[in-house]
Amino acid sequence: MLIRRPNDIAPSEITPRALFEGRRDFIRSAGATVLFGAALAAGLPHRTWASGKFTDLQKSPYSVLETPNSFRDITTYNNFVEFGFGGKSQPAERAGAMKTHPWTVGIEGLVQKPRTLAIEDILKIAPLEERIYRLRCVEGWSMVIPWVGFPLAALIRQVEPLGSARYVGFITQMEPAAMPGLRLPYIDFPYTEGLRLDEALHPLTIMAVGLYGDVLPNQNGAPLRLVVPWKYGFKSGKSIVKIRFTDKPPRTSWNIAQPDEYGFYANVNPDVSHPRWSQEKERRIGEFFKRKTLPFNGYADLVAPLYAGMDLRKNY
Amino acid sequence: MPPTPRQLAICKAALFAACLWPLAQLVWLGWSDGLGANPIEFITRHLGTWTLNFLLITLAVTPLRHLSGWHWLIRLRRMLGLYVFFYALLHFLTYLWLDQFFDWMSIVKDIAKRPFITAGFTAFLLLIPLAATSNATMLKRLGGRRWTQLHRSVYAIAIIGVVHYWWLVKKDITLPLLYAVLLGALLGWRALRLAREQQRQLRAAIYENG
Repeated sequence: MLIRRPNDIAPSEITPRALFEGRRDFIRSAGATVLFGAALAAGLPHRTWASGKFTDLQKSPYSVLETPNSFRDITTYNNFVEFGFGGKSQPAERAGAMKTHPWTVGIEGLVQKPRTLAIEDILKIAPLEERIYRLRCVEGWSMVIPWVGFPLAALIRQVEPLGSARYVGFITQMEPAAMPGLRLPYIDFPYTEGLRLDEALHPLTIMAVGLYGDVLPNQNGAPLRLVVPWKYGFKSGKSIVKIRFTDKPPRTSWNIAQPDEYGFYANVNPDVSHPRWSQEKERRIGEFFKRKTLPFNGYADLVAPLYAGMDLRKNY
Repeated sequence: MPPTPRQLAICKAALFAACLWPLAQLVWLGWSDGLGANPIEFITRHLGTWTLNFLLITLAVTPLRHLSGWHWLIRLRRMLGLYVFFYALLHFLTYLWLDQFFDWMSIVKDIAKRPFITAGFTAFLLLIPLAATSNATMLKRLGGRRWTQLHRSVYAIAIIGVVHYWWLVKKDITLPLLYAVLLGALLGWRALRLAREQQRQLRAAIYENG
């Protein structure tokens, strides 16, 4: 017996549908557990809401109503290549050694007011919000993550970009003593990612400083990371130390390493395969059946206009 | 000193049980919530890794036999070979069932379009005739020469298997490289021996004729 998912969920319907589907997923997961036994029960989400450092978080209309993955899944299944390329558990095992305090972020390039901000000051830029976002990894899995953060636009306003600024680059910390991955030859460090300025200013784009109401665990990109929920996860740089405004697209690490596999845009797109696997479906961590991947990770009604007139097969 | 039939039987039974260890590990980890956030990926990788491990172990029997002089080791090789097939089958079924859930459309597309899946599937298909002809009846029916020829395809299967692993990894090729080096050593040893044997025969022929 094969239970099919509806394939065309209009993102605008996501609110009522999410609830409805959450129920279906639960039934399905439960069915799967009975069918496939204890081995798979391990994958079901443990729904434990941690209460932590950040209180009075604003709720956001941009949050999805899907059930977040467990704190454990979100913090033990990561890609953070500075801590190794060898497995999803490496960041959780190794990132504890990274120093995240004191921490400053240099904001530079084509801006009126370049400045260096301490993390304490960054936390005061805008009211912190809870943003529950889907995250789709280019590898074919996805999660729902309750971030704590604020719109990147608020930070950008502080430095007043010049008219010539068209792109924003995000540069990740390098701490060789704590990051064995830096010694590996696979990609160029520092890890650099980038957005077009209009993507960076989009209200969905946030700088995250927390997870599940508490400060970010190191393996998730403490103390400050980018989150761009309609793009594959590798676009959302972790542990950011520099934000640079430019007139040309920044050279991004994965794009330099394998340009045919990792485009500059990297918008989630079920119609453009990764050369080595299809992107039509994804496995939501904690679920047994694969889901259909949605264009722009389900945020199409909010972000598709950014790419009006562009050939998304070419600009993958 | 070759083992007595009784010692060999004990040896086989112990090996049979030991070869089930990787499977027991999965059951235990599943039971104790140890398969991580993506259990299906974990199971697939674990079974794939152990397929390759058993393949290399099986290919190590002949060199080990010659280097140690323990010729009775050959009596264990069929079981090891069948375990290669056993874990390959589980690995394939995990993909078919747990990963794709019998979505034939996307499975066919995967096999046709994804080189690493094409390679893995090919290696699995090539293992089937070897498993099917592993018993004494089939050996007799095929005749020793043809049987040996057929079973030499395991060299190609091993190469395709390592290629399958190599093409799958994103960036860190350390482990596939390790498998490639080990396989290279096992196959290289055979090539060297073959070359030496041919040289010896050539010399013998020259000696006889001269």
